[in-house]
Amino acid sequence: MLKRVHFGPSWLPYALVLPQVAITLVFFLWPAGQSIYQSFLIQDPFGLSTEFVFLENYEMLLDDELYYDTFGRTFFFSIFVASFSLGIALLLAAMADNIIKGSVTYRTMLIWPYAVAPAIAGALWVFMFDPTLGVITHFLDRFGWDWNHKLNGGEAMALVIMAATWKQISYNFLFFLAAMQSIPKSLIEAAAIDGASPSRRFWSIIFPLITPTTFFLLVVNLVYAFFETFGIIHVVTGGGPAKSTEILVYKAYNDGFIGLDLGSSAAQSTILMAMVVIITVIQFRFIERRVDYQ
Amino acid sequence: MNSQLKAYLILCFFVLMPINAAYAKTKISWWHAMGAENGERVNKIARDFNNSQDQYEVEPSYKGNYTDTMTASIAAFRAKKQPHIVQVFEVGTATMMAAKGAVYPLEEVMAAANEPFDKSVYLPAVISYYQTPTGQLLSMPFNSSTPVLWYNKDAFKGAGIESPPTTWKEMHQTAKALRKSGMSCGFTFGWQSWTMIENYSAWHNQSIGTKENGFAGFDTELAFNTKPLKKRIKAIADSQKNREFVYGGREDSSLPMFTNAECGMWISSSANTAALDSQADFDYGRTFLPLDTDVADTAQNSIIGGATLWIMKGHKDDAYKGVAKFMTYLSRADVQAWWHQSTGYVPITLEAEQVSRAQGYYEKHPGADIAIKQLNLNKPTINSKGLRFGNMVQIRTVINEELELVWGGRKSASDALDNAVIRGNKLLRRFERANSR
Repeated sequence: MLKRVHFGPSWLPYALVLPQVAITLVFFLWPAGQSIYQSFLIQDPFGLSTEFVFLENYEMLLDDELYYDTFGRTFFFSIFVASFSLGIALLLAAMADNIIKGSVTYRTMLIWPYAVAPAIAGALWVFMFDPTLGVITHFLDRFGWDWNHKLNGGEAMALVIMAATWKQISYNFLFFLAAMQSIPKSLIEAAAIDGASPSRRFWSIIFPLITPTTFFLLVVNLVYAFFETFGIIHVVTGGGPAKSTEILVYKAYNDGFIGLDLGSSAAQSTILMAMVVIITVIQFRFIERRVDYQ
Repeated sequence: MNSQLKAYLILCFFVLMPINAAYAKTKISWWHAMGAENGERVNKIARDFNNSQDQYEVEPSYKGNYTDTMTASIAAFRAKKQPHIVQVFEVGTATMMAAKGAVYPLEEVMAAANEPFDKSVYLPAVISYYQTPTGQLLSMPFNSSTPVLWYNKDAFKGAGIESPPTTWKEMHQTAKALRKSGMSCGFTFGWQSWTMIENYSAWHNQSIGTKENGFAGFDTELAFNTKPLKKRIKAIADSQKNREFVYGGREDSSLPMFTNAECGMWISSSANTAALDSQADFDYGRTFLPLDTDVADTAQNSIIGGATLWIMKGHKDDAYKGVAKFMTYLSRADVQAWWHQSTGYVPITLEAEQVSRAQGYYEKHPGADIAIKQLNLNKPTINSKGLRFGNMVQIRTVINEELELVWGGRKSASDALDNAVIRGNKLLRRFERANSR
C-alpha cells in the first residue's frame, strides 16, 4: 500500500526563495515600475519641474520618423548578428566536435572572447579598423579600399556587426558543442556504417537533434543583439555616423543620459521592455513546445 | 584589557571627538571632467589651495568626460548627494541656468561670504558667454578655449607655401597646394558644430538663432540655415573630391589625421598644445580662423568652448564660505597664468595674460596668444557673445548627424542645414516645455 507522506506547512521554502524574490523586486520590478512612471512625465533633468503628460512621450516617439528608422536598423543589426554568430559558432562546434588532438586548447581559444568585456572588445576593433592608424585599414588600402567607418554608414554598420558577432560566437559555440556531445554516439556511428557522409550525418542527424538548443540560442542572441551590444556600439561608433549604427537601446541611452530627456528615454525603455516580454513569451509558448525531437 | 580601562578609553573618545571635529577642516567636494595631464593640474590647484589656508579642504574627483560629470552630478542632486562644485561644459549652461532650485549663483555665494568679486577683471569674451541677460554671472569660468587654425609648418615648406591662409578662398588654394605636394589630405576639423557652425557664425557676426542666440529667452529658434553657411558647407563638401577636405569624425577624433601629417591643416580647439607637443613630430603653427570674404570684410571675434564651475545648493553656509575663498584663489593672476601656460586654455582674467606676457611666455611660444587675440578681437556683439540653447548637447548631435550626411554625399548642404534647424527647434520646444513650470 502506498504511503503518502504529508509535510506540514513550513516557513523554510519561503525563506529560501525570499532572497531571490527580494532581488527581483529591488533590481527588476521596482526600476521597471519607476521607468514606466517616468515615461508619463516631462521633467527637467534635476527633477525640479514635473508635468504629468500621460502618453505624450509615446505619441512623440510614434510621430517621429527617425524612431521608426531606428527600429528597422535594430532589426537589421540583430538579425545579422544572430545569424552570423549562430552560423559561425555552429560551424566551429561541428569541427571541434570531431577533433581529437589538442581539443582542449582549441576550445579554450574559442571560448576566450566571451571573457572580454564589451568595451574592450570594441576598443580592439576600433584599433584594427581606425581609418588613419588601423592595421586592417592599412591592408584594405592596398586593395584600393578606402575604409572610413566614421563617414560611411554601411562600413560602420558592418564593423559593429563584426564586433558584436565575434563577441557572441564563443557563447554559442559552448552551447552547440555541449548539445552535440550529448547526442548518443551510437546514432552517428550507425549512420556512418550505413555509408552517410560527414555532411550528411550532420544535416540529417546532428542538426535536427540540436534544434532545441538552436532555438534557445536564437532567442538569447536576439536579446543579446538588442541590449548587450550597447558597450560595443558605444566604443566603436557611438551610434554614428549620422545615426547609422544607433539601435534602440543606444537611442534610449543617448536621449536619457546625454540629452537628459528622461521622459522620452523612459518611454523608449518601456517599449524595449515590452519587446523583451514578447520575445520571452514566444520562446516559452511556442518554440520550447514545438521543437522537441526527443 | 580590563573593563575599567576600556570604559576610560571610550570616555576619552567621546570627550575628545568634538574637539577633534572642531579642528577638522571643512571639506569641499569638486567634481570635474579633466582627465590625464589636465587632471593632474586640477589636483595641483586643489592641493595648493589647501596648503594656502587651514580652514577648508577642496577634494577634487574626476567623474569622466563632460557629459558623464554633468549626468553624475544631476543624479547626485536627485539623490541629495550633490558635490559643492561641479565643472559643467559650455553647452550645459542653459540646463544649469534653468535649474534654479539646484544651483547657487556665483555672485550670491561671493556676496554671502563677503568675498570681494569684481567682474571687470575677467576676459569679456569669456564671461559674456556665461552671463544672464541681466548681466549676472552664475558660474565661475574655469577652462576656456576657442578654435584656431593649426597648420603643419614642415608640410607648408615642402609645398612651397609661404604663409598660412587667412580666407576660405586661400584655405582651398592652400589645401590644393598641399595635395599637389603629395599630402593625402588638405585640411580637416574637429568639433564641427562648434567650429564650423557656432564659431563660423560668430566670426562673421551672423546669428545662429533668434532671441540673441537664445540669451534672451527659452522661446528662441535656431536660424543657422543661412545662404552663406549653406554655401560654405557645400564648398567644403565639394572639395572632398580632390581630398582637399577629409572628414575625420566627431569631437577631436580627427586629431591623428593632423599629427600623422595626413592633413596639413586642422581647425580645432586652441587647447591642443599638450597633445600636439607629444604626438606631432613636425613643427606646427597656429593662426586665426579663415575669413569668408563673401560674408564679412573683417572678422568679429570667435567664441569659447570649455567649462565653468557651478556651485550647487543644499550644503552648509560654512562650506560656501570656503567655496567663495576657493573661487577667489582660482582667479588669482599667478594661478591663472600657470593654468593657461600649462594647459593651453585661455586665462580667465586680463591680469593673467599680462603676467604671462611679462614672463615672456608668448615670445617663447609664438602663437600661444592667438586664442586670446581672437577672442578679444572686437567687443562681442549679440551674435558673437556666445549662445544659450537648451538641449544643446542633442542639438549638436543633430548637427553632427546632418553634416555627416553631407560629407557622406547623401544629402545636400542646403537640405541638411534646413533639417538640422527643424530638428533642433523641436528639441528647443521640448526644453522650453520641460522647464516652464
